[in-house]
Amino acid sequence: MEFSIYDFSSFTAWIDQSLRASMSPGLAVAIEMLIIGVVILIFYAIVGLFLVYAERKVCALMQNRLGPNRVGPGGIFQTIADLVKLLFVELVPIKNADKILFSLAPYIVIIASFMAMGALPFAKGLHAIDLNIGVFYLMAVSSMGVVGVLLAGWASNNKYSLIGAMRSGAQIVSYELSVGMSLVTIVVLAGTMQLSEIVQAQQYGWFIFRGHIPALIAFVIFIVASTAETNRGPFDLAEAESELTAGFHTEYSGIRFAFFFLAEYINMFIVAAIATTVFFGGWMPFNVYGWEGFNKVMNLIPPFIWFLGKTGALIFLIMWFKWTFPRLRIDQLLTLEWKYFLPINIINVLIMALIVLLGWHW
Amino acid sequence: MTNQALILFFLVGLIFVGVVILFSGLVAPRSTSPQKFDPYECGIPTKGTTWLQFNVGYYLFAILFLIFDAEIVFLFPWAVVMKEVGMVAFIEIVVFILILGLGLAYAWKKHALTWE
Repeated sequence: MEFSIYDFSSFTAWIDQSLRASMSPGLAVAIEMLIIGVVILIFYAIVGLFLVYAERKVCALMQNRLGPNRVGPGGIFQTIADLVKLLFVELVPIKNADKILFSLAPYIVIIASFMAMGALPFAKGLHAIDLNIGVFYLMAVSSMGVVGVLLAGWASNNKYSLIGAMRSGAQIVSYELSVGMSLVTIVVLAGTMQLSEIVQAQQYGWFIFRGHIPALIAFVIFIVASTAETNRGPFDLAEAESELTAGFHTEYSGIRFAFFFLAEYINMFIVAAIATTVFFGGWMPFNVYGWEGFNKVMNLIPPFIWFLGKTGALIFLIMWFKWTFPRLRIDQLLTLEWKYFLPINIINVLIMALIVLLGWHW
Repeated sequence: MTNQALILFFLVGLIFVGVVILFSGLVAPRSTSPQKFDPYECGIPTKGTTWLQFNVGYYLFAILFLIFDAEIVFLFPWAVVMKEVGMVAFIEIVVFILILGLGLAYAWKKHALTWE
């Protein structure tokens, strides 16, 4: 058996065959499921821990501070220490709160982000579910999180939570339109919703380059709208600490709060990963037509490094937004979406369709 | 296989949250002071009911969202087959979007898109 870090399909096929050789097919599938579940769970936890640390370091960099630097070298174990602390914090039951909905909310938020995480194409052959409606599926499950946010705010028996949840709901559903429209623009260009085919179609040029100006506009709108959809600054009205204490998760303590926090960072990873997949070629290396030597060097870098690198760069961009711009008011937020992004996006989809029909794209 | 994987991710997420909350419930302390269970409101006891009336504007945006989200659901299958069907598909979607655009223009004119 020959394994390569450039194509995982032989590796997964080998696991499949060796499991099926030694046991019944049903058991083999069950064990494969277990492996996939555990691997994705570990990856999920590592991404969450790392992003919280990265955010604090990036924030410190922007504000000319040091950031966490005591726990471990450069403070890399800071989030683990925080996590342990949060585990031992009391889960306060709030008086008159709707108990069932109150405890249900963190489940919904985490499960939604987990299901989205499972559908991402990390590298060639390293793709847990490759649905033929991949883009649509990702949009659907990642927008499930808003239900959890609304439940959390509604069930908390707290005025701040209720206002925060309402704002958050209005904001997330509004910006979801822009996210969807930007993705439609790329689906028009690719002619498929399957993520593996979208990545494969970008072998000779990423869609952001091949799609002319419409793809660029779609990307700009996507990255701004998804920043808003993940409730991150400058769109973090839902948890504006100067007016709403902590917004919808004011009454959540200990590990329940940690789940909301974790889900926010994972959602940031997911939107960056979707942007990477549909605009920046997923795990495809960066190649320039005609530069043979350059392309050879680029092809040496393994695909999952490319994927994580591009995703990381986009996450840095999203963090940069947060620490650069002041928070918007809710009327500015809704004006930006409904009076600018939505009309621009609709026209953008039509222009992209025309370009595809006339064959003007590369 | 893919359907099973979807259920798998749902279950793993469920178990992950459940086990961690259960563990935390076992190791975390419990307080007995009744004041601790009060909802937070700047440190004073809360006044009145929590589930107040809220701005009708949220409701308006929810309706608008519903219309345009349904539009996007229709756009996705169109986007996949657009290249094969050709110019006819393009003209049809222009008509479709024009009708919705009229709706957006109407909402705009009625100041439904302005937050008050």
